[in-house]
Amino acid sequence: MFRNQYDSDTTVWSPQGRLFQVEYAMEAVKQGSATVGLKSRDYAALIALCRTSKEAEDSPNSPLQRKIMPVDAHMGMSIAGLTADARIVCQHLRSECMSFRHSYDTDYPVQRLVTNLGIKLQATTQRYNRRPFGVGMLIAGYDEKGTHIFQVMPSANVFNCKAMAIGSRSQSARTYLERHLDSFMDSTKQDLICHGIQAIRGALGNQDSSEFTINVAIVGKDEPFKIFNETENQIYFEIAKTMGNPVTSDAEDARSIGGMIDMMDDMLEHGPSGSGSGPALDTDEESNAGLEPRPQ
Amino acid sequence: MLNNYNGLAQPFWQNGPAPGQFYHFTGGQQQIQNLPRELTTAGPYGTQRNTARITTGSSVLGIRFDGGVMIAADTMVSYGSLSRYQSIDRVFKINEKILLGGGDDFADIQSIKRTIDQKMIADQCRADEIEMKPTELAMWLTRVLYNRRTRMNPLFIDVVVGGVNAEGKPFLGNVDLRGRFYEDFVVATGFARHLAIPLVRESKPAGREFTAEEASNLIRKCMEVLYYRDTRNTSKYTVGVCTPSGSVVEGPYKVDENWSFASTIKGY
Repeated sequence: MFRNQYDSDTTVWSPQGRLFQVEYAMEAVKQGSATVGLKSRDYAALIALCRTSKEAEDSPNSPLQRKIMPVDAHMGMSIAGLTADARIVCQHLRSECMSFRHSYDTDYPVQRLVTNLGIKLQATTQRYNRRPFGVGMLIAGYDEKGTHIFQVMPSANVFNCKAMAIGSRSQSARTYLERHLDSFMDSTKQDLICHGIQAIRGALGNQDSSEFTINVAIVGKDEPFKIFNETENQIYFEIAKTMGNPVTSDAEDARSIGGMIDMMDDMLEHGPSGSGSGPALDTDEESNAGLEPRPQ
Repeated sequence: MLNNYNGLAQPFWQNGPAPGQFYHFTGGQQQIQNLPRELTTAGPYGTQRNTARITTGSSVLGIRFDGGVMIAADTMVSYGSLSRYQSIDRVFKINEKILLGGGDDFADIQSIKRTIDQKMIADQCRADEIEMKPTELAMWLTRVLYNRRTRMNPLFIDVVVGGVNAEGKPFLGNVDLRGRFYEDFVVATGFARHLAIPLVRESKPAGREFTAEEASNLIRKCMEVLYYRDTRNTSKYTVGVCTPSGSVVEGPYKVDENWSFASTIKGY
């Protein structure tokens, strides 16, 4: 995407009927590391790839929590994009849930909350003095209507999904999910989580896997929203490994439309990369830490 | 007030201590200057508000049974001691899962019912097949009524909320004008609280819920007792029944009156 005269304001349409600022906001989502959400009949799981910080991994401020945020006992979300924006949205969702529970003593139906969120986010795409939120979210929830996975994007589009992956290099995760989609509904909790982990391992690609941690959260019938701790993560990771390497090849992904867009974006950002070189952001990690808003 | 920017601002309290004034603490030789019925509080623009009931519904009785709930109320709204309106349904179907029986000030019942109806319409507009449950309505009513009571502007109502929850579990509760809520297998407002509740509690079989037939017999009996004893009741009544298959308000039924014993009363 290149700069043009219609992209300075979110209130300006292009002659092709596009809102460039909104599309640029969607790019911010692609900068964040991948996250996957999938659901079975009784459980909804969120799996996220977090960049581990090189300082104390056991510190209370370790990045294990930054991508997955609990909203209420029956709902949580994982994000890709600007963490600061995500915090605002999360705070709004939490306060809505709390207020609903105070008035009605029950869980906020997930579909309604997410629809209202979409309406709220749309306002940011239509005012000259606001900008779209630069964060994509996967919201997992369980209520009387069953399990839900909703994808919310900076364009204020809200999609009800059976499974979804967003973030950088998420196309291979989406391909894996598509391939196994039919088996999710009747999966056991363990199989569901393992599928999610397998999907997100595809998104690691050729990068150094010690730089990333996989975090898992689950919510469902008789299971309040919970982010797994290190030990539990490890257990599921080991089980998932026994399922073998996720069956993706770069060539196969490249041939899909999503894969081509992913690759093109990568090339524009970083120049043509041979296999084995990661995104340019890695090298700046230590020197730039804390200096500018880092998409997570 | 030197800078009177806000003409609508009310003082923080009435009849309380004021700077530079003597204040007589209550108790002791304090005379009662107002009957509770006439106690007024200050409203905006120098008006006075009272919290009295004007047109009132009398008793409402709710009984929970194994398949759902029944709520019964007579069809009269009184104006003090005058039997003013004699064919008013005081049991309302809110949606397929909730029944509401309204007692005390009927204007306030109509006002809160209008708000509740708007909520139901909003639910229908969302068209996502999620209906409000009786527990949610009862909780919401508690919050609203408590808020009004705190602002010294109560909705003078005493309502019975009943229905079936998500898994078909029957729910029956009572919310009053101060936002007090409780749940039980029998709840009532007005005189039914004194006359009908003990009657129902006495007949409760140990270790199980009432059957539908037992519940409906009890309702019939209690309505009869209330008609004979409560001077603000009439012999016509409606009954709402809510089961997992839906809710319906039936009636009006008539109490089996039998005044033949009157001739045995001395002075008749």
